Amino acid sequence: METLNTDISNYRNLLKHYIEIRDEQSLYGAEQLSKMFIKNNVPPEEIVNLHIQALEELYPDVPEYFRHSMNFLVEIMITYGIAYQENYSLREEQSQLKSEIAVAANMQETLLATTKPETEDLDIGVVSAPANQMSGDYYHFLEGKDNSIGIAIADVIGKGIPAALCMSMIKYSMDSLPEATMSPKTILKNLNRVVERNVDAGMFITMFYIQYLPAKNKIRYASAGHEPGFYYNAETKTFEEIKAKGLVLGVSPDADYREYERTINKGDMVVLLTDGVTECKQGDRFIETEEVLEVIEQYSDLPAQEMVNKVYKHFERMQNFQFRDDFTLLVFKKEV
Amino acid sequence: MDLKIDITEGIGKSTVKLFGEIDAYTAPQLKEKLLPLTKIERNQVEVNLENVHYMDSTGLGVFISALKSTKENNSELRLVDLQDRVLRLFRITGLDEIITIDTAIRGGNN
Repeated sequence: METLNTDISNYRNLLKHYIEIRDEQSLYGAEQLSKMFIKNNVPPEEIVNLHIQALEELYPDVPEYFRHSMNFLVEIMITYGIAYQENYSLREEQSQLKSEIAVAANMQETLLATTKPETEDLDIGVVSAPANQMSGDYYHFLEGKDNSIGIAIADVIGKGIPAALCMSMIKYSMDSLPEATMSPKTILKNLNRVVERNVDAGMFITMFYIQYLPAKNKIRYASAGHEPGFYYNAETKTFEEIKAKGLVLGVSPDADYREYERTINKGDMVVLLTDGVTECKQGDRFIETEEVLEVIEQYSDLPAQEMVNKVYKHFERMQNFQFRDDFTLLVFKKEV
Repeated sequence: MDLKIDITEGIGKSTVKLFGEIDAYTAPQLKEKLLPLTKIERNQVEVNLENVHYMDSTGLGVFISALKSTKENNSELRLVDLQDRVLRLFRITGLDEIITIDTAIRGGNN
């Protein structure tokens, strides 16, 4: 009540000053007062009431019709007041949602965390950056008892929170697969069934799964509609596309995946990426795949992690630090 | 960037001509226009992508939804005149093997 009383006398004085002198200073005072009303969440009809009260105190002989007209205005302002209240609570809710999403993004990071395998055989580097708060890109490492290493890179289509939730599902199904079924094509076939049953019609996942078999010096891989990776031959110093064909996960329940195999030699390198990398833009122009490879080759002498960091920085700069899509780049080099 | 959607409806056949970009912003509009056409029993829906120079994966999602809907409603979906960049997306994702895509009419003569 205390504040309301000071409000009234404040308002009355300001109004009187304005009516008598009509100077800039009183207008400035009005602006300050208005800001204070907003801050204290005073509804518009209260302000009109304040105005009536102040006016009657200053000019007790306000004409009857004017008094009625002001009461009419109060009625008009009531609905405005309700809308203002709604807006206010929406803003509150919005900031609450924002902080909840920030918590969720944090949780996503924890849930999806995967550890780079400790191995003498491969030097692995990976960088993954979301375009928004929550990423739809994902990578995961699996280690077999026979020292084989499985690497999955995936992109959920559909962005934001639904995509992120979907990722957790993928991760947990992958972790719960028995080791005997770790071959790339079996993994994709299993995941496809999980995704098909559990996500909605417009959503799907692309995944490239590659398995390194140290005993045979080979890699085995299969793709579920994922952006092709690249194989760098250290001897000829050339890149070639790792071609693998297969349907994206979640579209057809009985999709089958073809498995490919190739020998990997010392110094050779495998590059896996998501379309955030290949769909980088410079101005209005799309970056051609060759340019991506050129940048990768430029840094290919560095340890894998440093290398992917440099490549990421390169494209980040090129796109003015604003990616249109999530960006994930994973590289491994065979060391022995 | 915008997407313009022109629909011509004939008897048992709808032709959809698209102009512009299909991305996360325009995909919902496309979905809203395209899905009802696939829900008409036995309807043949032809989507012309000649003037679509950019499509991202959200666009693929729309066509997958449309394909699923044709299976439920005995209708058909056919994509024609795709630009190379867009066609590549269907090839990579393996969707070219489950969605009917006509690439032969490009240019008109062959």
